[in-house]
Amino acid sequence: MSFLRLLARNRLALAGLVVMACVCLLALVTPLLPLAAPDITDTGNRFRPPFSEGALLGTDHLGRDLLSRLLWGTRLSLAVGLAAAVTAAVLGAAIGIVAGFYGGRTDNLIMRGVDMLMAFPYILLALAIVAALGPGLMNALIAVAAVNIPFFARNIRGVTVGIAHKEFVDAARLSGMSDLRIVLTEILPNVVPVIVIAMSTTVGWMILETAGLSFLGLGSQPPVADLGSMLGEARAALITSPHTSVVPGAMILVIVMAINLLGDGVRDALDPRLKSGALNRPLPATQVARDAPVPAAQGGAALLSIDGLKTEFRVKGRVYRAVGGVDLDVRPGECLGLVGESGSGKSVTALSVMGLVASPPGVITGGSVHFDGQDLIGARYETLRRIRGDRVAYIFQDPQATLHPLYTIGTQLVEAIRAHHAVPRAEARARAVDLLGAVRIPNAAARIDSYPHELSGGMRQRVGIAMALANDPDVIIADEPTTALDVTVQAQILALLDELRRARGLAILFITHDFGVVAQLCDRVAVMYAGRIVETGPTDAILSRPAHPYTARLMACVPAPGGGRRRLATIPGLPPSVDDLPAGCAFAGRCDLVQDTCRRGEITLDPLTADRAVRCPTPLRAGAPAS
Amino acid sequence: MGSYILTRLLSAIPVLLGLSVIVFLIMAMIPGDPATAILGSYATPENVAKLNRDLGLDKPLVQRYFIWLGNMLQGDFGRSFSLNRPVLDEVAERFGATLVLAGTAFVICSALGVAAGVVSAARQYGAADKAITFAVLLGISIPSFFLGMMMILIFAVNLRLFPVSGMWPIYGARDAAALLRHLTLPALALSVVATGVIARLARSAMLEVLRQDFVRTARAKGVHERGVIWRHALRAAMVSIIPVLGIQAGFVLSGAVYIEIVFQWPGVGRMLVDAILKRDILLVQGGVVLVAACYVMFNIAVDVAQSLLDPRIRT
Ligand code: SF4
Repeated sequence: MSFLRLLARNRLALAGLVVMACVCLLALVTPLLPLAAPDITDTGNRFRPPFSEGALLGTDHLGRDLLSRLLWGTRLSLAVGLAAAVTAAVLGAAIGIVAGFYGGRTDNLIMRGVDMLMAFPYILLALAIVAALGPGLMNALIAVAAVNIPFFARNIRGVTVGIAHKEFVDAARLSGMSDLRIVLTEILPNVVPVIVIAMSTTVGWMILETAGLSFLGLGSQPPVADLGSMLGEARAALITSPHTSVVPGAMILVIVMAINLLGDGVRDALDPRLKSGALNRPLPATQVARDAPVPAAQGGAALLSIDGLKTEFRVKGRVYRAVGGVDLDVRPGECLGLVGESGSGKSVTALSVMGLVASPPGVITGGSVHFDGQDLIGARYETLRRIRGDRVAYIFQDPQATLHPLYTIGTQLVEAIRAHHAVPRAEARARAVDLLGAVRIPNAAARIDSYPHELSGGMRQRVGIAMALANDPDVIIADEPTTALDVTVQAQILALLDELRRARGLAILFITHDFGVVAQLCDRVAVMYAGRIVETGPTDAILSRPAHPYTARLMACVPAPGGGRRRLATIPGLPPSVDDLPAGCAFAGRCDLVQDTCRRGEITLDPLTADRAVRCPTPLRAGAPAS
Repeated sequence: MGSYILTRLLSAIPVLLGLSVIVFLIMAMIPGDPATAILGSYATPENVAKLNRDLGLDKPLVQRYFIWLGNMLQGDFGRSFSLNRPVLDEVAERFGATLVLAGTAFVICSALGVAAGVVSAARQYGAADKAITFAVLLGISIPSFFLGMMMILIFAVNLRLFPVSGMWPIYGARDAAALLRHLTLPALALSVVATGVIARLARSAMLEVLRQDFVRTARAKGVHERGVIWRHALRAAMVSIIPVLGIQAGFVLSGAVYIEIVFQWPGVGRMLVDAILKRDILLVQGGVVLVAACYVMFNIAVDVAQSLLDPRIRT
């Protein structure tokens, strides 16, 4: 069973399991061990220290052997805690299943009651129950079980509701099965893992709580003692004979800690979301592990020069080469379009520039990114941070997710400015209002105090652009900034970007999957496929005469510039998985013009004309119009 | 905003009524003759009969509940037989001490727990993360009463840094330094479990938030990593941390029972345990209802705090 294997792989959980197994074993064999009787008092031998003759752990205030009392007490505490857990689980699960299975009014009524009980401070409720029933171990057990029932009921109900409307349950109903049989055969098996998780996370608490009630004198009554009442009785002699307190206290600690370790392990093994290990925090900058020499900047006049960039994702022993050696140059004031399908590596390329690829799992394994003559890959974090948002700014795809939902747009703009320039808050705010005006947000002075959720999608993206412009950057990297917007708003945003770049002499690296957008905005285009550039050149030339078969196919998917209905022709087949790239041309599997030579060796990006290059030995006839 | 607070306050009414029903039903479970249980086994038959009449215990259950509720609404929680004074007076006097203790512990566990969780998430898998994770595990596994006893042994008896135990009635002396000395150990001992629980949750809430797009935006803006973590990520994570703070407040408030016993703190918890052992049912009943009601009101304050923090809820 994979569950047990997962559990075994978790070393801490295993340690918890081993400790618990030992404690349980000891508790089981206690009656068989040659121990002194736990209840025999011997007033001549009170408070003997540990390691005394005949009393390994010493004796308590009545001269009783502590080791013996410890083992018997452990036995009792475990039994009571476990009994409380099982009682709470069974009753809670029953209530939860009834509520979830029948739904409607039954459900409503039960869950109201459960919510009421959960509104109570937990220990207070247990105290009230013990107060009514009277002190005693059995009553403490009932109290602790009772206060935990709502927790189980709510958890199990949630799962049952999910199952009760599945097809196999409906089918069972139609076939005339009784409700009881449906619950037992269809629902219960699916609910058991949840019960196990809930029990494994609460049994430790229940042992602790019953011990607590005994400690207060409300649980086990003398002369019988569980660990809690041992501790309670020892308290009077805490200062003179601390060992009588330490012995039972440490035992409770060990038991509860072992159970918690085990419970965490069980939960991790059974909870599918945690199983994937998906919860990794991204580091402040993408990790860099370059093994080859760093290439020098190639593009002479370029402001931003990307050379041989390689970025991969390492997920559980598999390597996805998202970017496999990309060269790009962005010159001052130029707009370069980077085009490809989703998964082609264009966004990863863009994020790699400033080390913004989530890492782990992302790693930059090769190449260089020169900005203003300085290599940014592997640069110190502080160097990178100073350039981010100041000289090189980003505009992201979905402004709903990329703006902080809990700060006003003004706060976020002011922060963008003050991250790089020590200007007074009021001055930064005035500049923020100007910026909002510059991106054509009406009534900027009032809008600045809005929260993102109070703006429309188009307005939010204008804020995103304003934020990118905040420090007059040299380069803007725009990662599909219009994809999440509807067509009219898209056109407005593109017009705005075009106007801004001409007015401010901005260089833009524009990432998109849409040739229509490219035609409107970009001077040059690079087409990306499976992590590589397959074709580059001036926009006009490529739009009118694509040379790479993939470019031609991608263009066929979008309307021709300047009109025509959108033809949603898609390219048949899927891009190759980037953890398993074929030899030769990555497009071979989907290409109509594929030949045997295409699947062999390395196909290079070769110059076609002075300003064009293509990664295909048999490019489409230059001059042939796009399909 | 004002209307939001008002709706939340109104929504407390059914919860409070529900609480009173639950307490009433629990107390109705008392086996045997309630009046005997209330008066103790030494009560004379005349007294029992009188109390039965006074409390309406000879009437049907539903009617009894409304009588009890009506009395409570008029501030009459009955008389404690063991202390021979009105329940409300006793509880009110004790509650101040519990609030000081639990309030301090709550501030400690919120601040320390959130900070530990944030540091742990920011340094995921690093040395600090491992140390915090281990400390948290220890913290949530140690019984607070045992921890309190060990603290007395180490810090009060051996190092003589703090008084061993004890505290005057909270409305008495006003010596802040003495209060602080008496408060430090019990408040710390009381806060440890909740600190652990909060730290754990804060860590996972932070890890969840740090993967979101707006964190990448903050980094792309060139915000310093400190600001990314504490300003951007934590602010968003607080939305899921605050409800847990509310739940933990309940644990701290009711967990004060153990600490009040260990440190002989003159609060409601110790009063309740004494009352239970003496079978002073009216005192228990009154104490439980008042503390629970106070907790319900606190949770409303938490909801309001939540709405202040998240502009999306307010409208
Ligand atoms: S190399 Fe061959 S398979 Fe690849 S695009 Fe050119 S013709 Fe098609």
